[in-house]
Amino acid sequence: MAKLTTVEKLAILSDAAKYDASCASSGSTRRNSLNSGGIGSVTGAGICHSYAPDGRCISLLKILLTNFCIYDCAYCINRSSSNVRRARFTVQEVVNLTLDFYKRNYIEGLFLSSGIIRSPDETMARLVEVARQLRLTHRFAGYIHLKTIPDCDPLLLEEAGRFADRLSINVELPTDDSLGRLAPEKQPANIRRAMGNLRLKIEEKSEPTLRTKRKERFAPGGQSTQMIIGADPANDDTILKSSARLYSSYRLKRVYYSAFSPIPDAKAALPLSEPPLMREHRLYQADWLMRFYGFEQQEIVAGRPGGMLDLAIDPKLAWALDHRDRFPVDVNRGDRETLLRVPGLGTKAVAKILQVRRYRTLRLEDLRRVCQSLDKIRPFIIALDWHPLGLIDRPELKERLTPKPAQLSLF
Amino acid sequence: MFTVELADQTDFDGWRHSARALALAGIEPAQVRWTVKGAQSDDLFDAAASALPEPRDNADLTVPRPFIERLQTIMHHSDDDRFAFMYRLLLRVSQEADLLKVLSDLDVQRLERMEKAIRRDAHKMHAFVRFRKVAVGGKDRFVAWFEPDHYIAEREADFFVKRFAGMNWTIMTPWRTIDWDGERLTIAPGARKEDAPSADAAEDLWRTYFSSIFNPARLKVKAMQAEMPKKYWRNLPEAPLIPALIASAGRRAENMVESAPTSAAPHHSRIQQRYWEGRQTMTEITDASSLDDLRKMADGCTRCPLYRDATQTVFGEGPENAEIIFVGEQPGDQEDLAGAPFVGPAGKVFDDTLAQVGIDRQRVYVTNAVKHFKFVPRGKRRLHQKPNGGEVQACRWWLDREIALIKPKLVVALGATALTALYGKTLPVTKNRRQVLRNDADLKIFVTVHPSFLLRIPDAETAARERRLFAEDLAALRDLMAA
Repeated sequence: MAKLTTVEKLAILSDAAKYDASCASSGSTRRNSLNSGGIGSVTGAGICHSYAPDGRCISLLKILLTNFCIYDCAYCINRSSSNVRRARFTVQEVVNLTLDFYKRNYIEGLFLSSGIIRSPDETMARLVEVARQLRLTHRFAGYIHLKTIPDCDPLLLEEAGRFADRLSINVELPTDDSLGRLAPEKQPANIRRAMGNLRLKIEEKSEPTLRTKRKERFAPGGQSTQMIIGADPANDDTILKSSARLYSSYRLKRVYYSAFSPIPDAKAALPLSEPPLMREHRLYQADWLMRFYGFEQQEIVAGRPGGMLDLAIDPKLAWALDHRDRFPVDVNRGDRETLLRVPGLGTKAVAKILQVRRYRTLRLEDLRRVCQSLDKIRPFIIALDWHPLGLIDRPELKERLTPKPAQLSLF
Repeated sequence: MFTVELADQTDFDGWRHSARALALAGIEPAQVRWTVKGAQSDDLFDAAASALPEPRDNADLTVPRPFIERLQTIMHHSDDDRFAFMYRLLLRVSQEADLLKVLSDLDVQRLERMEKAIRRDAHKMHAFVRFRKVAVGGKDRFVAWFEPDHYIAEREADFFVKRFAGMNWTIMTPWRTIDWDGERLTIAPGARKEDAPSADAAEDLWRTYFSSIFNPARLKVKAMQAEMPKKYWRNLPEAPLIPALIASAGRRAENMVESAPTSAAPHHSRIQQRYWEGRQTMTEITDASSLDDLRKMADGCTRCPLYRDATQTVFGEGPENAEIIFVGEQPGDQEDLAGAPFVGPAGKVFDDTLAQVGIDRQRVYVTNAVKHFKFVPRGKRRLHQKPNGGEVQACRWWLDREIALIKPKLVVALGATALTALYGKTLPVTKNRRQVLRNDADLKIFVTVHPSFLLRIPDAETAARERRLFAEDLAALRDLMAA
C-alpha cells in the first residue's frame, strides 16, 4: 500500500468519525493560557467555529486515530468487513493537526476516537498519549474529548481523565438485544460497567483530596454517550426509557441521538434509507422535556400509538393536546412547574414571566415581548386581557397549531 | 438645544460625563444632540459642541452600578441613535428603580436586544476569526481580517489574549486593529482587507476536514445558515466549498443507498479468526462447585427482568468458610456501580456497627436476597424500589446455592425481604427481632433490621435509639456465636 499523505489520512479519518454526533465543547471548567504562556482556553459555553451544510456545528477536530478495527458492528462504516479505505495517524500527526487548527482559530479542541486495534489497552494508550503530549509538551489548554474504550486498564482511564475534559462511551443501540444482533463482538454488560466506573471516578475526584484540599482534575466536562436511532426496531418509548436509565444511573451530561444514516459500503442487514432526521429532532425535544421541564419519561410517550412520538408536532404540544383539562394556565398565577408545561413557553420565557409579574400584571402585549410566538401559547393561557374561552377544546386545534411543511430550500 | 461631541464611537467616559451634567441640569432627551468627532453626520447644519449646563440646586443622580455596566456594553452597538437612547434610559432608571426588572417594557426590551446583538457579534467573532500564519523576522505571526457588525474589536481583545497568550497575533477590523506580541496588547486604527495575508497552507487541510466531516445524507442548509449567516462567508476559507457540497449531496446520498452490498473485505476473515473465534462459545456452566464459579454464572443471570436496567449482578462477598452469612435486601445505587455489596451509605452503617461490636467483616459473608438493583429513574437519581415476590423467588436460586456452598452456622436476615427469602414466607421483622428461627431446611436464621432503615429515620433521637438497638442486635449475635 502506498504511503498516505497527511491530507489523505485526514480525509479518510474524519469521514470515518462523522457519524458520531457529539461535538460539544461546553460544560468544562473555565481556564486560559495567560499564566502558562501556551495556547488554549475554555470559556464554559463552547464555541462552534463553523457549520457544515448538514447543519451540524463544527467545534472540535473530530477524527479517528485509525479506522482499522477488529469489531464488525453492522451499522459502522469502520467495521472489519467493510471495504472502506483504511488509514492510521501517528500520535505526532494528530498533535500537529490539533495545534495547527487551533492556532488558526478553526477549532475549540480535539475529539479523538479510534477503531479498536489489537487490544483495548493498546488503543486506549495511544489516545491517552495524544492528550498527554498536547497537555504536557505543548501546554495546550483547549478542549479535549476522548472516546473511552470499555475494558481498558483502569490506570489508562485515570490518565485519560486527567488530560481530557470529557470522556464518552457509546451505548450505540437502545437495547442489549439489538446490540447483540448488530454488534456481536460488543458486550453490553462491559459498556455499562465502564460507564458505572466512570461515574464513580468522576464523583470520587470531585471531592477535595485530604492532603492538598484541592480537587484533582478528572474529566470536568463529565461523560456522554450516543445512541443510533432507526438501525433497530426499538420505538421511541424504549429509546427514552434507555436514556432515562442512562441519565439516572451514570449522571451523563448528554445522550446524543444519531439518526442512522446510510454509509458507504453498507451491510445488507440494515434499513438503508433517508436518515429519520425528524424523529431524531423529536427525541431531542423529548430528552429536553425530561431534563429541563420536569416531565417523567413515561408521560411523554404515554398513550401514543406504537410508543412513537408524533412527528408532526413537538412532544410538549402533543402532551398538552392530550391533557387539555390542565389548561388554560393563568400566566399571572401559575407556578413554575405549571408554566413550563405550556407549549411555546421555554425555560427562559418562564423565568422572565416570573420576574416581570412581580411588578406588572401581564397582558398579551407583555407576553409578546418575552416569548417567541404568541400564536402558539394563546390557546393555553390566561392573561389580564385574554381568555381562550372554548378555544382549548376545539377539535381542530391540533391542525391549527401544526406547522405547515416547509418547502425544501434549494439554495 | 445642547450638542455633545464624543471623542470616538466608544467614548463611554465622554458620554457619561456629559449625560451626568445634562441630567443634573434637568435637560430633556429631546433637547440633546449627540455627535461623534469626525463621524459623517446627516444633519444639514453641523452645530459645534455646546458648553455643558450648570446643575440645578439639590440635583441628584443615582443609578445602580450594574446598569452603568450595561450601558457601557451597548455603547459598542452600531446603532447611531444609541447615545440618545442611553440618555433617555438613564433618566427613566434614575426615576424608577425597578424599571430594569420589567422585561416587557419597550425600552428595557430594546436594551436587552442591543446587549444580545453585542453578545452575538462577540460570539461570532470568537468563532469566525481565521488566522493566517506569516513569518515575520523569522518568527511566526498569526494575522486575521474580520468584519464585526458592531464596535467590538477592542472589547473582545481580552478573549484572544487569554486564548492565544503564547502566540504573536494581529486581528484587523475596519474599526480597530488589535495586536498581541506575547506580552503586550496594542490597539491601533482600523485596516483594510488587503493589509492581511491572503492565504495559508493549512487552509487546504482545513477544507479537506470541512468537506469530509459533512454527511451528505443529512442536508440541512437552513440550520447551517441560521448559525453561520452568509455575511460571514467572505472571510471563511471553508465557505467557498459550500455550494458544491450542497449540489452534490443528493446524488452522493442516493449512491450510498442504491449501491449493492459488497462482499466482506479480504482482511475480515483473518480478523475474525484471530480475535473472535472460540471467544463466544463459553461453555454453559450448569452448576458450580465453588463460589467463584457461582459468581461467574451469576454474572450473566437473566432469571428475572431486573438485569435489563441494572449495571451488573452484585454477588456476595466473603470467605468460603464463613460461619455467618448476612443477607440484605438488594444492592443500591453505589453497589450497582461498584459491583460489590454493602459499599454505599447503608454499607457504611453496617461496617461501623460490626466494628463497634467486634465482628470482623473479613470473616463473614455478605450478600443480598436479590442480586440486581431495582429502581425507577428520577432525573439524575435512581429511586430504590422494593423487589417483588417473583424477583425474590427467582433470586433465591442463587442464595440457596451460596448457603449450600458455604454451610454457615447461621444466617442473618437484615430486614423483611431477606427474612422472606430465607424463611420462605413473610414474617414481621419487629416481632421476631433478635430471635433465631429455623426454616424448613433447618437453617438457623437470626432476625434484625436492615441498616438502610436506620438512615431513613428523620428524627435524630429516634435514629440514635434505633442505631443502638441495631448494635445491641449484633452484639447479641456475637455472643450467640461465641457460646
